[in-house]
Amino acid sequence: MTSRARPPRPASVVFLDGLLWLLGFWFVGELVVRTFGIPVPGAVIGMLGLFVALQVRRPGPRSATLAAADGLLAHLQLLFIPAGVGIVAFLAVVRDDAIPIVGALVASWAVGLVVVGWTVTLLLPRRER
Amino acid sequence: MIPLVAWQPEATWAWLQGSPLLGVLLTLAAYRVGRAVHHRCGRHPATQPVLVAIALVSAVLLATETSYGEYSRGGDLLAFLLGPATVALAVPLHRQAHHLRRLLLPLLVAIPLGVVVSVSTGFWLVKLLGGDEQLAITMAPKAATTPVSLVLSGDAGGIAALTAVLTIGVGIVSAVLGPWLMTLARVRHPHARGVAMGAVSHGIGTSRSLADDPEEGAFAGLAMGLTAFGTAVLLPVLLALFGA
Repeated sequence: MTSRARPPRPASVVFLDGLLWLLGFWFVGELVVRTFGIPVPGAVIGMLGLFVALQVRRPGPRSATLAAADGLLAHLQLLFIPAGVGIVAFLAVVRDDAIPIVGALVASWAVGLVVVGWTVTLLLPRRER
Repeated sequence: MIPLVAWQPEATWAWLQGSPLLGVLLTLAAYRVGRAVHHRCGRHPATQPVLVAIALVSAVLLATETSYGEYSRGGDLLAFLLGPATVALAVPLHRQAHHLRRLLLPLLVAIPLGVVVSVSTGFWLVKLLGGDEQLAITMAPKAATTPVSLVLSGDAGGIAALTAVLTIGVGIVSAVLGPWLMTLARVRHPHARGVAMGAVSHGIGTSRSLADDPEEGAFAGLAMGLTAFGTAVLLPVLLALFGA
């Protein structure tokens, strides 16, 4: 948000404010999803809410929310490690069904990626492809 | 008189096993090593930090005979942050919002199509390659982001925790090979590349896209959110059509 007279906030406060906004939008998203029985994770609705808020308020480059979001997204891969480690509980299943699991996973991924990539390309204005 | 200090390694180990500290510490350390390896290898796509870290943590758990349940006391703490991180994906999208109007039609067509293709090829290829019905259902929602895919799988009669593993697996395959395959298929425009990455490989694919190009990453994040929504709506319909 544009601040003319206010001195810049210290880094510790920026971090706190940013995290508050992210958690706040998540909280509101969860409330909306659960109250109205929408079959989407609350965080996705929170993401849409934050997007609208950013579009309306247009914060400056030193915004707390932008700083916190960039910091968290830089380490997005960290947050997927615990679910991936779940493989230790399924080693026997993966070994016994290796062909359907690995084969279907890789082939289905490749077909999906190419189909979506081609579809978007075809629907873009001709001169941009 | 009660002694002030005592040598009690068993009690210490018991406390550590019940505390989330060990799981968080192990995961962060493995991720740090993963990033260092990635950097050392000139950011080679095959050395995605998430892949190196999962291998390291899994090896430690197997070597120390620690169960996944014990580890996840710490793991769950980190996975909790996926909530605010998903909300945070609004920020790269906000920075690219001026492209959004033009992409409305491509997204409205490509995302539902992507969901149908991912779910049906996942389901039928498992059956074709000799897997049973439960495994096919477990595979079906793998393109949606983990918190969505595992709930959908459980509701439909799949194995939720295995779906989470498959979802991470797709993400890693895509982060390693996705940009290469798209170049091979002549998908060149950063918006098309980003949407495709997010639509089939959620947050992990998005993290690769964000690292490659901020425009690509923004649309990967958007496609990830829309695909989560589309999969939640279409998966029950498609599975009913398939007679599952």
